[in-house]
Amino acid sequence: MSEEPRKIAFICSKGTLDMAYPALIMGWAALGNGLDVTLFFTFWGMDLINTHRVDRLELAPVANTSMKMSMMGVKTGNLGIPNIMGVLPGMTAFATKLMRDKISDLDVPPVREFMQMLADAGAKMYACKMSVDMMDLKKEDFIDGVQDIVTAAEFIDMTDGAQIIFI
Amino acid sequence: MTTRAIAGKIVEVNEEGFLTDASQWTKEIAVELAKEEGIDLLTDGHWKVIDFARTSAGNGGASPTLRAITSGSGVSTKELFSLFPKGPAKKVAKIAGLGKPEGCV
Repeated sequence: MSEEPRKIAFICSKGTLDMAYPALIMGWAALGNGLDVTLFFTFWGMDLINTHRVDRLELAPVANTSMKMSMMGVKTGNLGIPNIMGVLPGMTAFATKLMRDKISDLDVPPVREFMQMLADAGAKMYACKMSVDMMDLKKEDFIDGVQDIVTAAEFIDMTDGAQIIFI
Repeated sequence: MTTRAIAGKIVEVNEEGFLTDASQWTKEIAVELAKEEGIDLLTDGHWKVIDFARTSAGNGGASPTLRAITSGSGVSTKELFSLFPKGPAKKVAKIAGLGKPEGCV
């Protein structure tokens, strides 16, 4: 029991609703199994820790070849949502609502609450220095769990021996 | 599947040491299993979680997920991880004599 725990680190680079969840779910599972978990947020992944953005993550149906009409409850098999429909005003909001409802039906929490769960469970969270500078953000813009703003080299140092997953 | 003696009883366990028959579980067994998991004393907080897990375990005997425990038992995420440090998902299941949780969250 005294040996060092396995370490795992996630680089979260996407800010869409569907790409926010993989690291949250895997990270939560890893914490539940006793791993040391680090999350590093960069580029669009900054939306997950940005207190002004975290509740507004979206999913666009345009050019999303996996999103089928059948997800909306219309039994049309492999028929996709036509891109021409996806560009209509309100379609992104509609697809987002659909996905949020499906996630909530599984009793999986919204992103902000999930981030708090991870922080409470001991995950270490860091914001990327370059993204912070590029997007003109400050530590005050981030949700509570974010411990620090670090450079890429610092992240590499602090994840020595960890398995790193890029999302 | 093997058997082992614990707290004066012979129970069936799998290769990871989880009880395979939840009905063989006793509170005395929980105390011993907790010690093996590095928890020397089971407090009221621990029992609240263990009792909740036992009550809400499905017919298949799987332990509830961590999210199900925190939303159902009133124990917060922080408390849960401090009561069962370094892997509450497995530790709660093992000490409560149940199988590993079957959900992801």
